[in-house]
Amino acid sequence: MIRFDKVNKWYGAYHALVDVTEHIAKGEVVVVCGPSGSGKSTLIRTLNRLEPIGSGTITIDGEDIHRRGLDVNAFRSRIGFLFQQFNLFPHLTALENCTLAPLHLRRLTPAAAREASLALLDRVGLAHKADAYPSELSGGQQQRVAIARALAMEPPLMLFDEPTSALDPEMVGEVLLVMRALAKDGMTMVCVTHEMGFAREVADRVIFMDHGRVLERGTPEAFFSRPEHPRAQQFLSDIRTPFAQAA
Amino acid sequence: MIELVQTYWVYFLVGQYPNGPLGGLALTVLLAALALVLALPLGVVLGLARISPFRTIRWPVTVIVYVVRGVPLLMVIFWAYFFLPSVTGHKTEQFSTMLIALVLFDGVYLAEIVRAGILGIPRGQFECARSLGLGYWRTMRLVILPQALRHMLPSLVNQFVATIKETSLGYIIGLTEVSFIAAQINTQVFTRAPEVYGLLALTYFVLCFGLSRVAYGLEQRLVRGSPVRPAASTVTAVQSLKAPA
Repeated sequence: MIRFDKVNKWYGAYHALVDVTEHIAKGEVVVVCGPSGSGKSTLIRTLNRLEPIGSGTITIDGEDIHRRGLDVNAFRSRIGFLFQQFNLFPHLTALENCTLAPLHLRRLTPAAAREASLALLDRVGLAHKADAYPSELSGGQQQRVAIARALAMEPPLMLFDEPTSALDPEMVGEVLLVMRALAKDGMTMVCVTHEMGFAREVADRVIFMDHGRVLERGTPEAFFSRPEHPRAQQFLSDIRTPFAQAA
Repeated sequence: MIELVQTYWVYFLVGQYPNGPLGGLALTVLLAALALVLALPLGVVLGLARISPFRTIRWPVTVIVYVVRGVPLLMVIFWAYFFLPSVTGHKTEQFSTMLIALVLFDGVYLAEIVRAGILGIPRGQFECARSLGLGYWRTMRLVILPQALRHMLPSLVNQFVATIKETSLGYIIGLTEVSFIAAQINTQVFTRAPEVYGLLALTYFVLCFGLSRVAYGLEQRLVRGSPVRPAASTVTAVQSLKAPA
């Protein structure tokens, strides 16, 4: 479904993505992990053209998504994107956040958009908060509304850019539960996340990046039990025993 | 005082109307209202142009903003009154002269308020709307401007109040707005300048105070849906505007 072919990206002199070549199949759940600054967020943002690329090609279902002349808006409406900071629209209620894009892009009638969005809010367990404004919701609730909003365009692919990193610890679980349910329903998902429990349980594949390169890829079992690359071994040991260096 | 009001109140309110052109307070209110209604859309358009990703749009508008902002309103009025006729060939009458000057002058100031309002919206809002598949204009209209206008409201009211008071400069080109009428009354009663101009000041104050209160009420109504969270990102919408879509 998604194919990266020798993708490079520079920020000025900084080489953010180095010859990334990767393939992600339909229905696959891929977790991208790595230390901060490793290029994982950049990678996922190139997938819906929030970031342009320097060289190489990215294709989705055979279509070069960075070519000139692509209808970017139509293309983006088929990809759900979740941000670390939720980015709900603060002037709209939870329900209005969900119906905004379908009303204007899918030409749904207000009643149909409302009904579909209420069903999605119900799916993330927030139907009772439909009329609440984002400022009246907790972080976990906001991120779940953001998931419902992304689903409202019925995208075949969902991208998650550290969806739980801005959340208080007790709210991480509720968001991960929704994501796991999505994965069970067969959604193709690419998730940048530090939630190794989620990666281990839900992911079909883990990709490890550092300094813009993909250093290791494999099943969660292989990655967590027998990491091959020294950098991956160190990363895993760092996140398992965060106080080891201090001791 | 009572007698002064009794004698001149009609003249003060509407000038020589219906036996002559409309003037007085009615003309001031009409001029101010039209200026506000026309200047705001101009301000939004100029403000958007100021942060346009296209240099061909951004640069000329930036020049206009700097030039108009760099001269006194009085000079803009003189230009419109004396310079415009020499270009167009026929004399502009005072009301439209004043209206054009006010709309241009305030449009430029409003443009900067609009620009600041848009730049104050976190970049994530813009990126998020675009990631849903909304285009640039829909993103602006549905997501960015509704939020920005809320933040801008206090500054907008400031500018609107200034506009009401700026209509008094019409006096200079003989527009019979309320200041001009007050000056007329003053020359007729001659010895009662403090009362005449006191009433004039009170009139302006009531107008501006009324507008401020209406705006405050509007602000209160908008509070519920306004963001309480501080902006998550210090990087603002405009930086993502400049990124290729």
